[in-house]
Amino acid sequence: MTEYKSGSNLEKVLKAGHFAFTGECGPPRGANVEAVRKKAQHLKGCVDAVNVTDNQTAVVRMSSWSACLILKEEGLDPNFQMVCRDRNRLAMQSDILGVSAHGIKNMLCLSGDHQRFGDHPEAKNVYDIDSIQLISMVKKMRDEGKFLNGEQIDVPPKLFIGAACNPFAEPLEFRVYRLAKKIEAGADFIQTQCIYNMDRFREFMKRVVDMGLHEKCYILAGITPLKSVGMARYMATQVPGMEVPEELIKRLKGAGKGKAAEEGIKIAVEQIQELREMEGVAGVHLMAIEWEHRVPEIAKLAGMLPRPKVE
Amino acid sequence: MIVAEAKPIKEILEMIDGFNKILVVGCKGCVTVCNVGGAKEVAILASAIRIAKKKKGKDVEVGEITLERQCDPEYIEELRNIVQNYEAIVSLACGVGPQFISERYPEIRVFPGVNTRFMGGAIEHGVWAERCAGCGQCVIHYFGGMCPIARCSKSLMNGPCGGSNHGKCEVSPEIDCIWDKIVRKMMAQGRLDELLKIRPPKSWLTARDGGPRKMVREELVK
Amino acid sequence: MQEFKPKIVAFYCSNCASSAASISNKLNLFLPENIKLINVPCTGRIEILHLLKAFENGADMVYVVGCQEDSCQYINGILKLKNRVAYLKNMLEQMGIEPQRLEVFSLYAGKGQDFVNVANEMLTKAKELGPIY
Repeated sequence: MTEYKSGSNLEKVLKAGHFAFTGECGPPRGANVEAVRKKAQHLKGCVDAVNVTDNQTAVVRMSSWSACLILKEEGLDPNFQMVCRDRNRLAMQSDILGVSAHGIKNMLCLSGDHQRFGDHPEAKNVYDIDSIQLISMVKKMRDEGKFLNGEQIDVPPKLFIGAACNPFAEPLEFRVYRLAKKIEAGADFIQTQCIYNMDRFREFMKRVVDMGLHEKCYILAGITPLKSVGMARYMATQVPGMEVPEELIKRLKGAGKGKAAEEGIKIAVEQIQELREMEGVAGVHLMAIEWEHRVPEIAKLAGMLPRPKVE
Repeated sequence: MIVAEAKPIKEILEMIDGFNKILVVGCKGCVTVCNVGGAKEVAILASAIRIAKKKKGKDVEVGEITLERQCDPEYIEELRNIVQNYEAIVSLACGVGPQFISERYPEIRVFPGVNTRFMGGAIEHGVWAERCAGCGQCVIHYFGGMCPIARCSKSLMNGPCGGSNHGKCEVSPEIDCIWDKIVRKMMAQGRLDELLKIRPPKSWLTARDGGPRKMVREELVK
Repeated sequence: MQEFKPKIVAFYCSNCASSAASISNKLNLFLPENIKLINVPCTGRIEILHLLKAFENGADMVYVVGCQEDSCQYINGILKLKNRVAYLKNMLEQMGIEPQRLEVFSLYAGKGQDFVNVANEMLTKAKELGPIY
């Protein structure tokens, strides 16, 4: 029998050696349960796990853990995201216990966007611990059954621990080392920032493979389909550490009026197929921002369906 | 030094509305160095108050004095024979000064004339930048001599985050990404191995989070 | 009712503006009365406090005439002064004093007529605004 860290669907799929395919769901700006269920329906059967963002871009939304519970009811494997911006170590540990108590089995540890971008820029931030310290803390809770202060936990949480990586952010030469730090801290899987420059990502993965990091951790490459030329430009200029090659923008433009979205999907599908063949890449994380209904189509075109079932 | 900036004159005038005998108290410490609360700024504020009050047809008496420091009781004591001549004091020291004055002279109203911003230094004439968060446990030697607690927007001990953008912070292009600087300096010094160590969570007990702080040095206590 | 005779204080630089002033003299051009002239080596030396003190002591209008921005003998004295004037104008507004009571002008050394013109301009403005207090 296979030993699992949490036994989440994502962990099982990865351990069985399948190429994983994960999706994302941004909770609504309200207590709109139906909105979550609707997004869940689009994703169901198409992905192995669904990331649920934690006040993404520092905008208040339904809490990640509660949207995770709704997704779980809908039969999905949620990936609970937690950022360091809003909680101190007490709140973090109690939420970690809480999600595990409710059967959530994946967790992604992030620094979080600074609140100055968000809808409450006057807020006081926390940043008691950082994302790497958060990874270590979850691992300690799970593997040693101990709180950060060393005290014993009565029934430790069981979580498959994830972390993020931005291969394109500066200083570039340090990014692979920071990834190594996250893996050393205890990350079981990594989901990268969205990739548009495949050449640079290939170079990055070569370094990852050279350092043997892909053998210590599952690396899922991030993909966000471009819906329009405007979105591509926005990604290229407004999102820190994001690089969108000019030829991609040209391709979207060349598709003609009203056809950029289709071209964007085509590009994403080609990327997924290329990533599938790339050494060290264990899966793809598809962040179809407010485009959940297009996920089934992308999954199908990319040959990601049907999703494997691992018992 | 402690870096402060002048409160808008309008705000100060609103504070002291209704008072006609006002003493403006400066400080020869940090606020003199950052051009906000020394004898010169005391004279400017006093003059501005006189003009504004006169404009409103009020007859005022505005006194000016600049103390050696406002964070030492012995200098605050110098106000002893002066305060009774006034109804209100505007202190141009950092947040410490007006509190020391109002503790010493509970009968008089004390107003802050400056906003205390941060602990930092002048990086050029007229430009100051934060350098220290006063966390009470200095760790800059692990980070190439730069403080990620004060200078990283997220106080990361294991940075840089994914928002580092061409040497600038995701929060604003006006803010340097200190982790970019730390990484480059440490790599140039051949100290990558030190950066690869995971820095454990910091104890904030010695920071403000541990409650208001007080320091006693027995060998100095009389 | 007594006629309002504005009190005006003019600081002027001993280089460009001073030479403009002497030319205006030679041209037999006269400044309006009640203008108190204060010669300074460089307008860059005029501090906010000097300008404020003039108002505090009863000036209805205060102005400074200095060099062109690119011809200050001390490199950037007039620019420094202009920054201070902008700062003080903002302060005056908050204090309930019309910021137009304070102005700064850059003159060419040879323009005696301009020296008189700015004085008259300030006088006209003073009459529009009325007494400061």
